[in-house]
Amino acid sequence: MSDDVLELSPAQLDALREIGNVGAGNSATALSQIINRRIEMNVPEVSIVPLGDVPDLVGGPDAMVVGVFLRVYGEAPSNILFILPQDSAFYLVDTLMGKHHGDTRTLDFMDESALMEIGNILAGAYLNALFNFTKLTLLPSIPALAMDMAGAILSVVLIQLGQMGDHALVIETEFLAEEDGIKGHFFLVPDPGSLETILSAVGVE
Amino acid sequence: MPELIRVGMADYKVSRGPATIISYGLGSCIGISMYDPQAKVGGLLHIMLPDSKQSRASENPAKFADTGLPLMLSDLLQLGASRSRLVAKMAGGAQMFAFANATDIMRVGLRNAEAAKKILQELKIRLVAEDTGGTYGRTVQIDLETGIYRVKTIDKGEKEL
Repeated sequence: MSDDVLELSPAQLDALREIGNVGAGNSATALSQIINRRIEMNVPEVSIVPLGDVPDLVGGPDAMVVGVFLRVYGEAPSNILFILPQDSAFYLVDTLMGKHHGDTRTLDFMDESALMEIGNILAGAYLNALFNFTKLTLLPSIPALAMDMAGAILSVVLIQLGQMGDHALVIETEFLAEEDGIKGHFFLVPDPGSLETILSAVGVE
Repeated sequence: MPELIRVGMADYKVSRGPATIISYGLGSCIGISMYDPQAKVGGLLHIMLPDSKQSRASENPAKFADTGLPLMLSDLLQLGASRSRLVAKMAGGAQMFAFANATDIMRVGLRNAEAAKKILQELKIRLVAEDTGGTYGRTVQIDLETGIYRVKTIDKGEKEL
């Protein structure tokens, strides 16, 4: 088996989970302040899954989702993908734009812009935490947004991972806004070489 | 109800009519079908990348255009397809996120389409229809009874190739 991710030790996986935990915690706090709702998040999952199974984590390859994508530059290049099921994205837009729940049925330019800004803020908060752990300089690109089938949106990161192996290391957190049913998945997908950089920066090699 | 056979990412399936083979939610990936209308035998391959030689060793030849297409072809010949009657159709190869400074990996959809064409040519399989590019996802299916290749999108309609 050629996949490096299959050779990660339990200690390394724990370290990644802890990074995910603090990163997602920061992000959740930021999101909670923006929409003025309590946000619950689950303990981040660090999973190693066959590439083709990743779309199942967000409802299957043909599920309608909104994805906000950011490229992370710097010492540990990575991709960040924030995925919301379509109805959650609409709900979130209602909340952000002060509309009644159910008003948003498609995304106009302003709605997209608002969601991209959310992606921006979540990514910034996440990377901040990652910096505190690792002291690695990480700079997010401007966000890009697409609304489409989950498989199509995830293919952007999966193809990149596909160059190095048949499995993906996914650090994934689910956000739930209290009573609103806003659900989102935050994926941090380190580029193949970046994983070693992150692990050695936190001292678990 | 004819059988519906599902193909995941970096995978392929071959069968015969009246089955239909489907692959959901292609972005930059490409779904390439080969079909022999007389034997009613065909297959669908869902590739992710153009070239196995530009990647690290993989256990999965179906991931790449250059290794996946010959593999599916040999399975089809075993099922009774004739190489001279086989025709290919393909769809996918989108760029899902528009970035001003798109890196190579962002343009992989285009490279996938080019590689698939080149390999089909080398294998002497005629490409008769394609629907590639754009910025949207596609679900594709090939009906092995009729050879119709159907492309479904969220808001760009549905197409028959």
